[in-house]
Amino acid sequence: MSVPLTLLGLLDREPSHGYDLKREYDSYFGRGKPLPFGQVYSTLGRLARDGKVLPGEVEPGAGPERKRYAITEVGRDEVETWLSQPIEPEPHLQTELFAKVVLSLMLGRSAELYLDVQRSAHLQRMRELTELKRNGAVVDALLADHSLFHLEADLRWIDLTAARLGVLAEVVRS
Amino acid sequence: MTADHLPQAASGDGCILEAREAALSFGETPALRGASVSVARGEILAVMGPSGSGKSTLLHCLAGILVPDSGEIWFAGRRIDTLQEQERSALRRDRFGFVFQFGQLVPELSAEENVALPLLLGGMRRTQAIAEARSWFERLGLDGMEHHRSGEMSGGQAQRVALARGLVARPEVLFADEPTGSLDSLTGELVMELLTAAARQQGTTVVLVTHEPRVAAYADREVIVRDGTVTALDRAAR
Repeated sequence: MSVPLTLLGLLDREPSHGYDLKREYDSYFGRGKPLPFGQVYSTLGRLARDGKVLPGEVEPGAGPERKRYAITEVGRDEVETWLSQPIEPEPHLQTELFAKVVLSLMLGRSAELYLDVQRSAHLQRMRELTELKRNGAVVDALLADHSLFHLEADLRWIDLTAARLGVLAEVVRS
Repeated sequence: MTADHLPQAASGDGCILEAREAALSFGETPALRGASVSVARGEILAVMGPSGSGKSTLLHCLAGILVPDSGEIWFAGRRIDTLQEQERSALRRDRFGFVFQFGQLVPELSAEENVALPLLLGGMRRTQAIAEARSWFERLGLDGMEHHRSGEMSGGQAQRVALARGLVARPEVLFADEPTGSLDSLTGELVMELLTAAARQQGTTVVLVTHEPRVAAYADREVIVRDGTVTALDRAAR
């Protein structure tokens, strides 16, 4: 995910201090991976250099840098373009999952056993996410759903591959 | 004969339900080929597998609806596959609850009468049975639907009524066969939330057949049925 564009997006609502931006970013997008203060201020510095945000005067007070940043028209245009464009659909054609299945077959190992173990691990993670959904806030549920649907897609691939192992084995061993 | 008078035998500690090498064919077509699985008391078990793998047949054998050609089915330390149909019927009525994919409500009855049905069949007086049934409507977000018939309800509402009917008699085991199969994602999620919350609150064991991983994720664990057997990995992992 693009940190500069996300910070720019947050600034599109209203001018904000670096500290508040970091807090909002962590709350919605950080999820166990908080943004370091250093990265917030260096990103804001680059955005200011590129004319996408305008730093205000340093405000009096203790603590972190007391400077309020406001988005510019250039920055607003960039956010607008970013939000209206689809992200690149990633085909995931060369995943580790795929590599393990093919290599198992090449080496004469049980690809079916690997797929069963993988299925079990996927379902365990899905159980954890379902629990998170049950006890968490709406934002947690939304994030958990995103992961759940992707894991489900993997599981469909696992089931389909399990059903095609015979054919696949003939191809990779020939 | 009531379901309490069953042949006694020992079973695994904490295990309420078990299939041992169950095999069953429909004509020349084998549906189960020695399926073994055990379910712990209070556990929610997902039975997964591809279409035609035998997962619903396994559920029907565990529930005493079908009798395997060979192998054994045990419930609460008692072997049930050797019982007469009348005895198995009593068992299903008194100790088990059921929820199926399409609710299968009785169209001539109101929602509350549908929910009260297992209690009425168990011999409870009508006024008491209806009162018990009504207590489920608020719990499942069905307030005001008590007098509706199945044709007047959405799929999600009908399935919640079916869920109430499956749990109203406080069964020891609830058998759910694709309970969200006819519902959209959001409604299916609601039904699963309600099903698992109510089952855990009552201490009801659940055997849940589903091909949907997101539904299976509500269970405590899963087994995979493939070609009529429960995969060795799942059994070995327990």
